[in-house]
Amino acid sequence: MPHLAIDGLNASYKNLKVLHDICLDVERSEVVSLIGPSGSGKSTLLRTLVGVNKPTSGKVTLAQRTLDYSSASSLKQARDSMAIVFQQYNLFQNMTVIGNVTIAPLKIKKWQRAEVEEHAHSLLQKVGLGHKLKAYPDELSGGQQQRVAIARALALKPQLLLLDEITSALDPELVGEVLDIIRGLARDGMTMLIVSHEMGFVREVSSRVVMMDQGRIVEIGTPQQIFDAPKETRTRDFTARVLSH
Amino acid sequence: MIETILSEIPRFFTWPNLVFLGEAAGRTLMLSVVGCLIGFTLGFVLACIRQTRNPWLAPLRVAAIAYTEIFRRIPFLVILFLVLFAIQVVAPNASLFAIALVSVTIVSTAFLSEIVRAGFDSVPRQQVEAAEVMNFSRWQIIHMIVAPQAWKVILPPGFAFMVMFIKDTALASQVGVVELTFTGKILSNRGFSATLTFGTILLAYFILSYPLTRLGRYLEIRLASPRH
Amino acid sequence: MAYTFQFGQAFIHLPYLLGGALLSLEIAFIAFWGGTVLGLFGAYTLVYGSRLLRSIVQGYVTFFTNTPAVVQIFFLFYALPEAGIMLSSFTAVTLGLVLNSAAYLADIQRAGFLSVRQTELDAAETLGMSRLQMLRYVIVPHIARTIYPPLSSFFIWLVLGSSIGALYGVEELTGRALNIATSNLRTIEIFLVVGGIYIVMTLAASLSLGLVGRHVFRVRGGLLR
Ligand SMILES: Nc1ncnc2c1ncn2[C@@H]1O[C@H](COP(=O)(O)OP(=O)(O)O)[C@@H](O)[C@H]1O
Ligand SMILES: [Mg+2]
Repeated sequence: MPHLAIDGLNASYKNLKVLHDICLDVERSEVVSLIGPSGSGKSTLLRTLVGVNKPTSGKVTLAQRTLDYSSASSLKQARDSMAIVFQQYNLFQNMTVIGNVTIAPLKIKKWQRAEVEEHAHSLLQKVGLGHKLKAYPDELSGGQQQRVAIARALALKPQLLLLDEITSALDPELVGEVLDIIRGLARDGMTMLIVSHEMGFVREVSSRVVMMDQGRIVEIGTPQQIFDAPKETRTRDFTARVLSH
Repeated sequence: MIETILSEIPRFFTWPNLVFLGEAAGRTLMLSVVGCLIGFTLGFVLACIRQTRNPWLAPLRVAAIAYTEIFRRIPFLVILFLVLFAIQVVAPNASLFAIALVSVTIVSTAFLSEIVRAGFDSVPRQQVEAAEVMNFSRWQIIHMIVAPQAWKVILPPGFAFMVMFIKDTALASQVGVVELTFTGKILSNRGFSATLTFGTILLAYFILSYPLTRLGRYLEIRLASPRH
Repeated sequence: MAYTFQFGQAFIHLPYLLGGALLSLEIAFIAFWGGTVLGLFGAYTLVYGSRLLRSIVQGYVTFFTNTPAVVQIFFLFYALPEAGIMLSSFTAVTLGLVLNSAAYLADIQRAGFLSVRQTELDAAETLGMSRLQMLRYVIVPHIARTIYPPLSSFFIWLVLGSSIGALYGVEELTGRALNIATSNLRTIEIFLVVGGIYIVMTLAASLSLGLVGRHVFRVRGGLLR
């Protein structure tokens, strides 16, 4: 049984249909990467999975439970075991770094304060922000905010982690650090769905790669299949274009 | 004409008259401040209702929107008369001040709820989405994330509205509340020159309103600077 | 507590009330255009005038925006006769509203002037436009876009504000409602109907002003504000 099963998912913004019949399974401890040109619907897919956008039709099953996006309790239960890092970080501007990371575990999950804080400290240490605990988001660079957002997601101890272009705002010298964190998570068996343009990283860390274009899945395969022997011309064009710079 | 006014001044600015004016000014200020504070509380509730997403609460949301649209489109004077006549049916013994206060509250609730909503809307949607995904309840989102950021946007126009309403409460004189304007009418009826009495009343309003207007500007500038 | 509504009594008077509504709009119109013209001079002075003129106009604006229109009109109505100037109640009310609006509208239009200075400079640099072309294609549209929304809301505010005419016996909408109310026991119904007329009137005004703004002045944003 896959941990996450997406079957015939459709989504739209107002009249614009953005996702067409997306079908994708993610096994437990698998790392699946979404690649594709800008505007192909990668962010929308992640946002729809967590219910920020409502799907117009389709079936999503998470840990053997079929999700009902119109039911508050079903959504709540699903969200309890997932975490997402948004493309624009979306940190709470009125809270410090440590506040951002601890608020949900403390107030929503109602976990023990001592444990939560210890975990938060170690996570922030790991993303290289152990010295910025009391800083506010607007005092941090984009890359630092991105890393806080990662720590905030991990503090929830999710079963499924969705990451949306988490390295696109990073300074080149930080990309490596953040990717190291993700590598570590992959090694530890975290199930992840990742949107990324770092093809080298995608190739290395992914068990499977999904090529998207214009709201559809064009091709799914192992990194070797997608990068070395793509079946579709669109995949070949895209990877060639991205790998060339 | 100038001579008659000048000759009246010693008789006009007597201690009892000044006390009378002072009390009236107090009542004018009270009407606006108390009415707007209650209005702010109720307006805040309306704005919160408008933030809900639950389909079952849709009628409540529609009612909240209808309230703000309707009561920003009826003159304060008409509200005042409506409350005056309606209250005779519900609570015939209500004081005139209470009638005026209810009227101020009805109108200020509508305007202030709109100001609160604009403040809520000023907080980037993405933060709300992030909180939703972490299973924050609607109320937790408002009081932990939206309100702490929105108050800086809400306070300056909210305060300005209250100061502006000080002037509108002059209409409460019409139902017989002895606030500043009514005091002017009384003094004028006692035979004092209308120039002197209404000139003084205008000045009294100015003295109430101007410093508060300045304070409002100052608040606006202070809060505009990005600090925590 | 047992109150039975009888709207029939109020609806009989609908034509009379609608006549009053027309007068309300008329007062709002006069106050708006009178105030706009006076306010334009005021705004021009505030931006380009000499120091003395500037402080006089600023004093005027500060005084009128910090005192109630009702009392200003009381002053015109009761104090001016002491100086030998008698005004009819209609004149006193419209004049008072014009003088009051002039202050607010000077402020609004001043913001328009100030907003142009920057764009004016920017535009002058980039394109080789003649002054007239610049005025026609850059400055006027820019001012219009900046001040149109606050002007529209101010007009709506005036439609509601014209109701103070009732205090002086002007037979605009609220005044007529009072007239009926004194001879009729169905006061609540009458004022509810009057409130409804104000809502319809301002909604129609907001909507048409919003449409004009969107299509003529390219104002962005929602139609109702
Ligand atoms: N909030 C929105 N409203 C309307 N259209 C949107 C919105 N967000 C994204 N879109 C559109 O949806 C499509 C997919 O966008 P997105 O999922 O962000 O693509 P990607 O993440 O692959 O770059 C694009 O055509 C984009 O213009
Ligand atoms: Mg994206």
